[in-house]
Amino acid sequence: MSFTLNVNGTTHAVDVDGDTPLLWVLRDVIGLTGTKFGCGIAMCGACTVHLDGMAVRACVTPVETVGAAAVTTIEAIGATDEGARVQKAWLDEEVVQCGYCQSGQIMSAAALLAVNPSPTDADIDAVMAGNICRCGTYPRIRAAIKQAATELAGGEGR
Amino acid sequence: MHIITPEQYGKMLASFGAATTPSRRGFLQGVAAVSGALVIGVHLAPGKAFAAAATDGPMPNAFVRIAPDSTVTVLIKHLDMGQGVTTGLPTIVAEELDADWSQMRAAFAPADAKLYNNLAFGPVQGTGGSTSVANSWEQLRKAGAAARQMLVTAAAEKWGVPADSITVEKGVLKSGNHTGSFGEFAEAAAKLDVPKEVKLKDPKDFKLIGTRLPRLDSADKTDGKAVYALDIRRPGMLTAVIRRPDRFGATVKSFDASAAKKVPGVVDVVTVPAGIVVLAQNTWAAIQGRDALDKIEWDEASAETRGTAELLDEYKKLAATPGRVAAQRGDAAKGIEGAAKTIETEFAFPYLAHAPMEPLNCVIEKTGEGVTIWTGSQFQTIEQAVTAGIMGIKPEQVKIETVWAGGSFGRRANPPADYVAEAASILKATDGKAPIHLVWTREDDIKGGYYRPLFYHKVRAGLTADGKIAGWEQHIVGQSFMVGTPFEAFAIKNGVDGTSVEGASDTNYAIPDFFVDLHSPQVKVPTLWWRSVGHTHTAHVVEVTIDELAHAAGRDPVEFRLELLKDEPRHSAVLKFLAEKANWGPKAGSGKGRGIALHESFNSVVGSVIDVSVVNGQIKVDKVICAVDCGIAVNPDVIVAQIEGGVGFGLGAALHDEITMDKGVVEQANFDSYIPLRMSEMPKVEVYILPSANAPTGVGEPGVPGVAPALSNAIFDATGQRLRSLPFRLEDFKA
Repeated sequence: MSFTLNVNGTTHAVDVDGDTPLLWVLRDVIGLTGTKFGCGIAMCGACTVHLDGMAVRACVTPVETVGAAAVTTIEAIGATDEGARVQKAWLDEEVVQCGYCQSGQIMSAAALLAVNPSPTDADIDAVMAGNICRCGTYPRIRAAIKQAATELAGGEGR
Repeated sequence: MHIITPEQYGKMLASFGAATTPSRRGFLQGVAAVSGALVIGVHLAPGKAFAAAATDGPMPNAFVRIAPDSTVTVLIKHLDMGQGVTTGLPTIVAEELDADWSQMRAAFAPADAKLYNNLAFGPVQGTGGSTSVANSWEQLRKAGAAARQMLVTAAAEKWGVPADSITVEKGVLKSGNHTGSFGEFAEAAAKLDVPKEVKLKDPKDFKLIGTRLPRLDSADKTDGKAVYALDIRRPGMLTAVIRRPDRFGATVKSFDASAAKKVPGVVDVVTVPAGIVVLAQNTWAAIQGRDALDKIEWDEASAETRGTAELLDEYKKLAATPGRVAAQRGDAAKGIEGAAKTIETEFAFPYLAHAPMEPLNCVIEKTGEGVTIWTGSQFQTIEQAVTAGIMGIKPEQVKIETVWAGGSFGRRANPPADYVAEAASILKATDGKAPIHLVWTREDDIKGGYYRPLFYHKVRAGLTADGKIAGWEQHIVGQSFMVGTPFEAFAIKNGVDGTSVEGASDTNYAIPDFFVDLHSPQVKVPTLWWRSVGHTHTAHVVEVTIDELAHAAGRDPVEFRLELLKDEPRHSAVLKFLAEKANWGPKAGSGKGRGIALHESFNSVVGSVIDVSVVNGQIKVDKVICAVDCGIAVNPDVIVAQIEGGVGFGLGAALHDEITMDKGVVEQANFDSYIPLRMSEMPKVEVYILPSANAPTGVGEPGVPGVAPALSNAIFDATGQRLRSLPFRLEDFKA
């Protein structure tokens, strides 16, 4: 079947089965490999992308359910205010180790800050518990989200 | 003292016989492929710089290249699986080169053991045993210093000034009114002889080492640009997934592939020793095709059919019989007999999957010269040898493009090179018609074996009336992952696999009457080292039992340990430093507990203090404080990150990680049943590094071993209850 997807502001026509997960359309058909495969059952968050700004797990999102929603991936999240601040905070806090889960972590963090600009530790843990990092970068992710939140708040204040 | 030193691991690896021939051409191609930049040494006639490769002299050609734009690229002979060697190794070069950090770059070196062997492993290129910085330390200091000296010589000639009038600072050469960048002199420098003797800096003059430098891989790992093996795309590439047997040791008997072949995108179905392979034009089609395989029958005549509960029962019985002696001094049995108090402890440790976030995968393609492999390669030389054997070519015809690895924790350093071998066998089975991308799903990973082995320990120890250890008797039972590998002869001495007893039989505590023995039962579950190897279980047993003895003796656990470490100044220093940083003192108060552990692994000493609280009958890990002696701290922030990560990894094993089998069938499949540590469970972590003037030692693994015992000791402190076996059954704790 043919589907028209709006990914990172670009229209892509793809010819795949409707139940194909968005993850594999992004990675294997469109060629955007920044979104990662980690578990295939929405347990690890490595495949997190945004649909109209909301974080979803692309590995369990059938392409036929995407419709006209704007798909944003790690490759384009830096164009949003939250995304840019999260990425900057990730660099400032030296978050990454192997880096494989970080696309998903950043997408989850950006979506969190979009709806909750000043998350508490508990808010951060609740949302980010869906993203697994086997390297154990969690303390730095927490610190980076707080930094990005502070900067967002500071930006609004000015 | 260590049962297995990195050097011994190296000798084991060297025994693999994967000798490679000098590959200058391969090296040059590898360099050219990276950027086509000017390389110091490349313009030398053969026999000069390259001859140095065969000696212990500096080899700036193999590791350092300086482009006309003054960027300095360090060729990284190790895999970066997150531990930060692509920052650490360039730091060492930049320091001696007096480069500015902003001009430093990193690129993975080609597979070529003649140039890029791990000096701790002998003639083998590979990463492991927390050796990357340690074995590169002298080598890269010399490489950086030699490159600096060559630049200075070239500048001196051009400017007509004495070389010793030239200073180098932050990538700028200066003499009087002359100033110049590295790029200006790179070409002239490349035509000079590589100096035989170089002067290394006095560590007190270090400017970069010991400071917080931005990781070189951070940017590409935060915007999706970093390329892992899973992201490699080759023209005409087919994705392969394998249906493996449910029981280890089973083989394919028969199956029906007709439905699988009808799945759109599926191209072919073949069998290889590992199982049934579905090849497709994309990953989803391959997975769907595998699900559609029908009527599969396995030959289970040689399969493992025992469950983990049965295995553990067998291990307990074995522990009561004499094993192979791993350590013996004094008379432990007599000491315990005459003791004023005795304690007995037993511990079970489950099989553990490594579960790196990037599912295992490998791309392989036939070329005019042989094959090219793209993977997060941790044992390049072994992967070359194994692939060559399967393909019927020479090891040097196997080119490896090492790419970022999405974690490893030991899994990618596998003596049989399992998933690389699978990819090669699929390429062979399909006559090399198309590039093959073998992809493991998470279920393949969790069920696929090469686990940290199941272990059982039993300890009997006694205390004299004045609170000294009267005797220590420890029985260890667990599979050897060295048996049956080419490393067997090197790892196993007098029937004792050093990787099974390290951290116990060589404990640094002064215990005069001491005995450790080992049983290594044969089980058909493939096993492998897992971040910190034998220390994953030995440290727990020793540190919990020592804590129990301290309490039985009515002594403070720190004081008790210090007395046993009187002749171990390094360990004592870490323990005192930790006690000071953690403000070690009397019990924290009701509902609170704190535990301590100290352990040496990979030539580093790490002490851990864990604070817990009991909240509504649940244990909560509040804080972990670590003190580390790892020699000179090249990149302190990377070290802190490794220890933080080690704490997370150790906590996961303490609280959740467990592979169980029922009649030989693994009961976990994915992250819904093999439970990883999540952010909500991650405590605050404080890491303190002891100042040191000694050469760097390991940091990737040593953060792990102390976590579980410190937690067990903290839970005891808070509740008076001992949780010993891993993972802790917190539900067994009675609030």
